[in-house]
Amino acid sequence: MTAARIAGPAKNNQPAKTKPGDGSREDGIVQNGGPRQRLGRRAARARRVLTSSAASTIAICVGVLWSVPTFGLLVTSFRGSVQDIRTTGWWEALKPSNWGGFSLDHYGTVLSGTGTANLADYFVNSIVMTLPAVVIPIFLALLAAYAFAWIPFRGSNILFVGIFALQVVPIQVAMVPLLTQYVNLGLNSSFWVLWLSHAMFGLPLAIFLLHNFMKEIPRSLVEAARVDGAGHVTTFFRIILPLMVPAIASFAIFQFLWVWNDLLVALAFGGNTPDLAPITARLSDMAGSLGSRWHLLAAGAFVSTIVPMGVFLALQRYFVRGLLAGSVKG
Amino acid sequence: MDELLLHPTTAGGKLLLMIIAIALFALVMALVLILADRPRRRPRWVTAAVFLFPALALVAFGLIYPALVTIRNSFFDQTSDDFVGLKNFGFILRDPEFLTTLRNTVAWVVLVPLLSTVIGLVYAVLVDRAKVEKFAKTLIFLPMAISMVGASIIWKFVYDNRVGALSRAYVTVAGWFGSEDAQAPYWLIDAPWNTFFLMVVMIWIQAGFAMTVLSASIKAIPDDIIEAARLDGVTGIKMFRHVTVPMIRPSLVVVLTTVAMTALKAFDIVRTMQGRLYHASVVANDFYTWSFNNNDKGVGAALAVLLFVIVVPVIAYNVRQLKLTEDIR
Repeated sequence: MTAARIAGPAKNNQPAKTKPGDGSREDGIVQNGGPRQRLGRRAARARRVLTSSAASTIAICVGVLWSVPTFGLLVTSFRGSVQDIRTTGWWEALKPSNWGGFSLDHYGTVLSGTGTANLADYFVNSIVMTLPAVVIPIFLALLAAYAFAWIPFRGSNILFVGIFALQVVPIQVAMVPLLTQYVNLGLNSSFWVLWLSHAMFGLPLAIFLLHNFMKEIPRSLVEAARVDGAGHVTTFFRIILPLMVPAIASFAIFQFLWVWNDLLVALAFGGNTPDLAPITARLSDMAGSLGSRWHLLAAGAFVSTIVPMGVFLALQRYFVRGLLAGSVKG
Repeated sequence: MDELLLHPTTAGGKLLLMIIAIALFALVMALVLILADRPRRRPRWVTAAVFLFPALALVAFGLIYPALVTIRNSFFDQTSDDFVGLKNFGFILRDPEFLTTLRNTVAWVVLVPLLSTVIGLVYAVLVDRAKVEKFAKTLIFLPMAISMVGASIIWKFVYDNRVGALSRAYVTVAGWFGSEDAQAPYWLIDAPWNTFFLMVVMIWIQAGFAMTVLSASIKAIPDDIIEAARLDGVTGIKMFRHVTVPMIRPSLVVVLTTVAMTALKAFDIVRTMQGRLYHASVVANDFYTWSFNNNDKGVGAALAVLLFVIVVPVIAYNVRQLKLTEDIR
């Protein structure tokens, strides 16, 4: 799309090809276009190709610079010798003479129960915490978004604006009293608290985002179903839900990354026990207590990152779509 | 029963509980929807209420009611029993350490969005012409998938005084300029610069967000406008300043405010990289420390209210924008 736009004017130098409505000024110039004009255009095009390759080079350089920190720690996590990690830079390990020093030992240590950091339990906690915390808000938000989009009722607008406004409210404002409510209900220090909290905190964005997508569904489609005698529940399941699959994927990956990577809810409601705390809480604690035992921290960081990274790379397209629908309004 | 439904200890038990929870949720939802569908002729608002109730009830239970309690608690003592007026706010505003925290927070909220947006914008313009656009974008975008805790560890290693890339680079460069036994600074300890090195981590994450949104916005500029400007002889930097930037202004505002809000609320980086030490704390981090480590509900609530007050103008602005777009429609 971009390439087409940049190459467009250079190729498009015949009057006949000028699109209607491109403006009279352009028509005038194109009609006057003689050989000199064409030469000038060729020069401009060559200049653009040049700047294009310069831009590519700079872009790749910045991109590589952006990746160096991650790459450095990744290399470190595979360096077998703890002594080497402590005394030499990670790039030393890339010298061909040092290639024999790579091993998976540190991953074994952080995942098995033998080391100071047994991350396997916390990893399971993260999975158990994340799945319901993604499924629950999506379904509830779909119902609410459907009501806002397709069931006209009094007060609909003001309610929607209220939900929308809640999106940016810092969740810190709710945390302490919420914890008291959980204690009163006898639910504290259980997965129920993590699921509920993440569902509640994710709902405002979920409703707003899914409502944005849901409005795009043609009114005629929904009305046709209603005329055929379908109730709201049938319309919701038969017409809306299938069309919303890409939108659901967009929000799902959002919520997945948010829940998996979150630290505040994890620490405040999950504590630091291997029975409940997700991997971010444990990792944050390790960063404080293990100081510079980089072999454990490096392996731990990548154990926690592998799942969100995989999901992210696989569903990047949906993630970008959600990002744009959520932040570029109107 | 307690072990099964509330506190499972084995991996199998936890996974079983997860499946039970999802099944239970599906069951409740099915019942609610059957209820909504049964008698076909009923007032429309009843159907709307059934569709909205679960979500609104959770938001009321988990956000609105607790937020009101927090506002109340900010005027009460540390156990929320006695009314103390503005004492909590007076306490935090008189504490010199807290003024440092406040200064750091302002730096986070102003500099992180500005730098992320500038980097993201320049990068979006650069890759807009590049052949390797998709790959180059993924490189910048990837940190968004990493947790702030993970990013903190990645960068703590960069800043490590002995083997960190930045420290080694510093020593090498100092060597070129003739100082033989230069010592790298303690990046994360020397205040006030340590706040800047913590902010770098957030900028590293958020630049990808800025780049993605702004890149889409740049691509959405109508071709005619670019053409017209080009035929008028506008190129390069001038095109960027007088055409690109004004055309994407709404997206710029959205990116700046979104990143500012993220920077305001995040405590992960400060906490993981150094806790409250070395004068680098931010309000969100102090909130956590006072609420959950010091167990002072009054001061903790006052800090939460402070965060909320900072956000209010953004809420007002967003609501106005929403109203405007609704009106256009």
